[in-house]
Amino acid sequence: MVNEFNGLLTATVFLPAAGAALILLFPGNPGTRRDRMIRIWAATIAAADLALALLVFAQFDRAADAPRYQFIDQFAWIPDLGLKASYLLAVDGLSAPLVALTGLLGFCAVLVSPPALAAGGATLRAKEYFFWLLLLQSAVMGVFTSLDLLLFFLFWELELIPMYMLISIWGSGRKEYSAMKFLIFTILGSAFMLVGIVAVFLTPDVGTFSLIDLSLAGPALMGAATLIPLAWLFWLFFVAFAVKLPTWPLHTWLPDAHTDAPTAASVMLAGVLLKMGGYGLLRINVGLFPAQAEQFAWVLVILGVVSVLYGAVVTMRQTDLKRLIAYSSVSHMGLVMLGLGSVGISNGTLTVTGLSGAAMQLFTHGTITGLLFLTVGIIYEKAHTRYIPDLGGLAGRMPFVAAAMLIAGLASLGLPGLSGFVSELLVFLGAFRAYGWPTALAVLGIILAAGYILWMMERAFFGSRRERFADLTDASPVEAIPLALMVICIIGIGIYPALLTDVFDSALTPMIQAINGG
Amino acid sequence: MNAHDLYVVSPYLAMAGAAALVIILDLLPPLSTRTGRGLLPYIAFLLLSAPFALSLIQLYDLGQSTNLVRDGQSIGEASILIGSLSVDRFALFFNFLVTGAAALVILASTEYLRLMPRFQGEYLGLLLFSASGMMLLAAATELITIYVALELTTLPLAALGAFLMNGRSSEAGIKFLIIGAISSALLLYGMALVFGFSGSTQLSEISNAVARAGSDIPFGNYALLVGLVLLVAGFGFKISAAPFQMWVPDVYEGAPTTVVAFLSVASKAAGFAVLLRVMFTGFFDVSLDWAILMAALAAASMTIGNLVAIAQSNIRRLFGYSTIAHAGYLLVGVAAGVQQAPTAPATPQFAAIGPDSVLFYLGAYTAANLTAFFAIAAISDRIGSDRINDYAGLVTRSPALAIILALALIALIGVPPTGIFIAKLYVFTAAVDSGLAWLAIIGVINSAVSAYYYIRIIRLMFLGQSPAIYTPNPNNPNAPTPSRNPAPWAAMTLAAAALVFMGIAPGYLMQAANAAIRALGV
Repeated sequence: MVNEFNGLLTATVFLPAAGAALILLFPGNPGTRRDRMIRIWAATIAAADLALALLVFAQFDRAADAPRYQFIDQFAWIPDLGLKASYLLAVDGLSAPLVALTGLLGFCAVLVSPPALAAGGATLRAKEYFFWLLLLQSAVMGVFTSLDLLLFFLFWELELIPMYMLISIWGSGRKEYSAMKFLIFTILGSAFMLVGIVAVFLTPDVGTFSLIDLSLAGPALMGAATLIPLAWLFWLFFVAFAVKLPTWPLHTWLPDAHTDAPTAASVMLAGVLLKMGGYGLLRINVGLFPAQAEQFAWVLVILGVVSVLYGAVVTMRQTDLKRLIAYSSVSHMGLVMLGLGSVGISNGTLTVTGLSGAAMQLFTHGTITGLLFLTVGIIYEKAHTRYIPDLGGLAGRMPFVAAAMLIAGLASLGLPGLSGFVSELLVFLGAFRAYGWPTALAVLGIILAAGYILWMMERAFFGSRRERFADLTDASPVEAIPLALMVICIIGIGIYPALLTDVFDSALTPMIQAINGG
Repeated sequence: MNAHDLYVVSPYLAMAGAAALVIILDLLPPLSTRTGRGLLPYIAFLLLSAPFALSLIQLYDLGQSTNLVRDGQSIGEASILIGSLSVDRFALFFNFLVTGAAALVILASTEYLRLMPRFQGEYLGLLLFSASGMMLLAAATELITIYVALELTTLPLAALGAFLMNGRSSEAGIKFLIIGAISSALLLYGMALVFGFSGSTQLSEISNAVARAGSDIPFGNYALLVGLVLLVAGFGFKISAAPFQMWVPDVYEGAPTTVVAFLSVASKAAGFAVLLRVMFTGFFDVSLDWAILMAALAAASMTIGNLVAIAQSNIRRLFGYSTIAHAGYLLVGVAAGVQQAPTAPATPQFAAIGPDSVLFYLGAYTAANLTAFFAIAAISDRIGSDRINDYAGLVTRSPALAIILALALIALIGVPPTGIFIAKLYVFTAAVDSGLAWLAIIGVINSAVSAYYYIRIIRLMFLGQSPAIYTPNPNNPNAPTPSRNPAPWAAMTLAAAALVFMGIAPGYLMQAANAAIRALGV
């Protein structure tokens, strides 16, 4: 193993954690003045981390002959005594955009935090709140950049505690129940993953946790005599990621957690934590087990189609704005599963389209749903209700928020020119070649999406103005910054998708080659 | 006995000497006065540096050799004191572990000892005597020495358990004493059978006899079968494994908290030390048979410990069941030390990763449990209660204690970045590697179950509403006014720092564990 140290990724991952540790040292008694300082500090850290993340994305070498993994930080962590692990951070075309997404949403989450907090009437506890929020960002950054399976697992578990705290302390409704449900689902899922990781490591002639070694040497596991049959390994990892994605029927934690979480946590949960599941499926299930992915693609397609349709139908019935968006996430994450299912073509002519769509869907859904939750958070904080029948005519009072919501909604239902269209089109194109009829069924989900999004917009934002909302104000400048950033992303990617697809394809093409070759 | 022998046993002598010295100093004028009394725990703490330094010298002296035997000694003197001790890296590993745990427990006890100034000498003396027994236990290679060391470990702990001299504490002491006596009897009977079979009490000669035993019945011979099962039962009491666990919750509930802290880590570590040495050096040839026994005990301990812990409302009882569960995880590592040789199917093959992981786990568990119990002791001082429901909203009253206890609880679940995460991973890896994947799966599921009751406490501390009017009860002798004594805080911080350090840089402890296991010479 070669020791390398670039430092950029290490800084990106640990900057928020360091900032969080410093927050604990802030002097003074709780009060508006100290809380304000903490908020500014947290925003500064998040902005710096966003800058670092964008630097990673911008500096990523897209040339065809560029190395697949870049910005490598590597040194031995656990010596070779039964276990052997290294501290290994690197990005490839798959993770670089997700790092940028995490930086972006982390920054937005900090900006949108304090006003939404005060609304609950609970004490702010700003110190703890921003501590956990920044720690969460560090953990998620770690998940997307660590390419050592053990380190990956470490960050994967580390993310649970901040999210549990954020939901259960600063949430609303049945917050403790929801937080516990989130925790138990994820812990049980990751227990399966841990067994899978250990089994991969113990495979004779493998003896490494390094995903770079496992993937660069071709599909190293394919011919090896694994302790557990490869198909079982595939499912062990699959369960962990499918819980996180989530896919039907493992999705039930998601509506509860999203609905009861504070706005910033919802944004992080929908925007980046769900993406960890899709990322894991692409990186490990497709990347390490190409033959199994091809063999079981039909299962993924069935799960995907059921998620898309079931999610969409249930979304139609929701009356709580947050719950509505939460269920629409189930539906949209079903598209990721469908895109993964596109690897089921077994005649060696697979193209990158479907996987590229799945990866794009991860990014675009992150920005779109992030924006939706941001706007809902602002509305709830001002109107003190998320119950759709109580809302109405908000567009006249808060035109900027309504416009942002409309753009996010239209992107969510796949309007051409916005980012959602690109990813959904790619998914359908890829999946249709492999599974025609199921894909055609899934397209119905888009029609349903148009239904629930437009119906929701009509009931909440248009229609007659309500007297009780007469004194609502539009988003403040601080709140407007994240909205504007997201809108720029959504429109930008919609107009010029190659910005992302080129990067994603550089990582996905080797996976496709492995499947075609095998 | 010559000068070299004396040098070899010097850490044990130093520990026992420290115990005697503490008792004597307690009676002498400068320390028997009211003002001088407070110094005694710190003197005991300083005295611990003697066994520590001697162990360090021996470790250095050991160099590349297996144990401290001079070249040129005849076969009969292969190890010192007529072959009753083997001072090797394995023994030294436990010297450091026990000395470290004792030092931290003494620091944490300073607060508690202010309550009973008259009995400081006895408390510290008994603690140190017990520690010297534990150290001997890890080095003993002969059955009678093992028995004597075990009694030296157990009897002072029984007295310490009853130290509060109230109903529950006395009950704890008596229970520990009686159960300890029964387990000793079982052990002795097992030893007698093994001696009858092998004609020797030396583990090395027992090993030779076992190798000659037949292979048509389990353990080769019925005397050996009964003897070994009784031995395992005797050790099972010491390491608090199911189904020998019934004394644990009662003792944990009644005994002084600091004593429980010592009992739960050092006594358990010594129990595993003797279990590993006896099983791997004495009975390795029948290890395929006892590995199944260990695996069954492991599964039972994990499952019973974790399931019963869910229903507990007293934090010490909860930790009692939690320690049973952790004995189960540790036994997984013991069972994983044996593999079937690929060439000849009925022949056992040593897999060092299993016992390695046990030693690493013991290190991490020591740090985690000490952290937890020191925090519980301090909390108990402040709120005068051990009911879990009284921990509600603790974070608003004692944020530092709540955070430290939460860290320990998170560690006990096995969440990174703490030592027990690496330890559990190591143990389960060893299990899968030795073909015990089913046991690893039971263990992983048990870990997930345990998250429920550990997190319940964290949730109460951080999210619960603290009682509206909170006043410490002046009549409760367990609830003195909180003091600003820095020693318990130092102990807590050191243990917590060690816990996190083992999670972030596990390499050092792993290498030490690996070297210790190689010294067993299987």
